[in-house]
Amino acid sequence: MGYRLKPKYFDDVLSALSKHYDIMAPALMPFETRHSAQEVVGYRKIESLKEIVVDKKTFFSPKEILFPPRETMFYFTDSKIRESEYEEKNKIILLRTCDLNGIERLKNMFLNNGDVKDNYFKRRFESTKFWLIECDDGFDSCFCASMNSNKADSYSTAIKFTEEDILVDSNDNMFSELFKSYGVEEDYKVSFIEKNKLEVKVPLSENINPAVFEHDIWQEYIKRCIACGRCNTSCISCSCFTTHDIIYDDNKRRGERRRVWAGCHLDNFSIMAGGHDYRTKNGERMRFKTMHKIYDYHKRFGKHMCVGCGRCDDVCPEYISFSKCINKLYDIIEKENDK
Amino acid sequence: MSNPYLPVEAKILSFKDETDIDRTYRIKCDIPVNGGQFFQVSLPGAGEAPISISDFNEDSVDLTIRNVGKLTTEIFKLKVGDKLFIRGPYGNGFNLAGLENKKLIVIAGGTGLAPVKNVINHFCKNRDKLKSFDLILGFKSPEDILFSKEIERWKSLIDVILTVDKGEKSWKGDTGLVTEYIKTLGIEAGPDYSVIVVGPPVMIKFTTMELLKNGISENQIIISLERNMSCGIGKCGHCKIDSRYVCLDGPVFDYIQAKNLID
Ligand code: SF4
Ligand code: SF4
Ligand code: FES
Repeated sequence: MGYRLKPKYFDDVLSALSKHYDIMAPALMPFETRHSAQEVVGYRKIESLKEIVVDKKTFFSPKEILFPPRETMFYFTDSKIRESEYEEKNKIILLRTCDLNGIERLKNMFLNNGDVKDNYFKRRFESTKFWLIECDDGFDSCFCASMNSNKADSYSTAIKFTEEDILVDSNDNMFSELFKSYGVEEDYKVSFIEKNKLEVKVPLSENINPAVFEHDIWQEYIKRCIACGRCNTSCISCSCFTTHDIIYDDNKRRGERRRVWAGCHLDNFSIMAGGHDYRTKNGERMRFKTMHKIYDYHKRFGKHMCVGCGRCDDVCPEYISFSKCINKLYDIIEKENDK
Repeated sequence: MSNPYLPVEAKILSFKDETDIDRTYRIKCDIPVNGGQFFQVSLPGAGEAPISISDFNEDSVDLTIRNVGKLTTEIFKLKVGDKLFIRGPYGNGFNLAGLENKKLIVIAGGTGLAPVKNVINHFCKNRDKLKSFDLILGFKSPEDILFSKEIERWKSLIDVILTVDKGEKSWKGDTGLVTEYIKTLGIEAGPDYSVIVVGPPVMIKFTTMELLKNGISENQIIISLERNMSCGIGKCGHCKIDSRYVCLDGPVFDYIQAKNLID
């Protein structure tokens, strides 16, 4: 059902829901780098409409809510193991179509890759409601339509922020009563972007051959990429992690095993015990990431891993553009194919 | 909710030094396993690593561990009766039934022998289940030879070539790479062969090339890949090659499948 809400009533809905949920939305947050302190748009808990930022893309994706950068898996004391407790409140995440699709991509890895489910992701995912933010015309670096990620249906509620009011479309019994009592019924149904300013041509899987892996296209990234891993951390669909043991107290061997985000551009990602590293050159890492995003994942799960959010382009300190890389690859592969 | 990342305790029943840096631990474990599978082995505080199962029986599992890092240094300090922490087993392992009635050749380089040791023992015990059985084992030097007692036993049962890359004068055995000995097997191309190749990446590469030259076809070769597994359950992404996850789809692969997988 569709409803129209005045801003102050939308705030009432938010505060009513805040009792049971942490409402996570794009908002300004402090961001400190080594060189500067500034404000960026990221995900944090909000309480009112005025905190929500919709005219800018979030610098970080909402994946950190479901898959935190660092997480305790269990504690140990003198070799006795104790599972970490889960005390988080249920959540509502306000997010865009690309990111909702990105979370589906994460879900494939954490819940459907192999028989075993990742319990940490599962408990968060299952206690989260997704509210879709309708996009007007997207941002400059977006290419969701090229990745078939411009539509989604697994949302609880869709919202459109207009100049005056808030339009919602909710089939979720958890919320529709609330919207009904604070708003007026209106025939609103979420609409999706059909075309972005940026168009990316993705090579067809069947045209990708081993020669492409050796192609010169990867050479330029050997020097240009500095292996900072920002493209991995900002990406909604990058899900890799590494586990570490941390000791708090050496005598009693008290500590925790935790997992932290890992990324295929970073050193040590592909190193084995004994020192052999499968990908030492940054060009090889760029190739590995690209192939995963637009080829390997698709072979396994039937959808591209990349959802075209464009964040990797936004965050790269070396101005490496992933969308350009895919387009270049397309041209090379199609040219080969024409021969 | 069950947590697949929680390890369980496994008591060390005994251990045996194989070389200066390799040691086989026998741990108490009655979880059913296959040869070629691996456990994630850990010590809280020191970390976790994938270790392949070198052998097993109903209530114990052998893990052959090379001392190369922080975790393994800590493990090497343990005594009989101390505990290791394990999760698993993970991975597919070798399909023994699929090898029956074959002319089996196993070619192992270095620590690559560990994951295939159980297969060798199984068919030494059940020699009648194979048409023929040849073994080529290669190590860097005589000091690097693993499972030497067992190799002696195998030699009494089947044809074994044991070679080292470089040996001192005192070494009376064969020298040279495993690839040089493939032609001595007298392979006559035919449908009955199965060849298992395990070892470091370059060894696998040159060994398969040599096998193909000697009449073995691609679909007769089985390999086992080593990667830096971390979660063991298809989540962490470390073991991904192409669209495959070594921890789920491997570590044992048909060569036909594996040859196009690019790291
Ligand atoms: S690869 Fe880049 S564009 Fe694609 S989902 Fe990740 S961050 Fe977004
Ligand atoms: S953000 Fe840019 S420089 Fe950093 S790892 Fe990714 S491609 Fe390389
Ligand atoms: S070891 Fe983590 S995905 Fe295979």
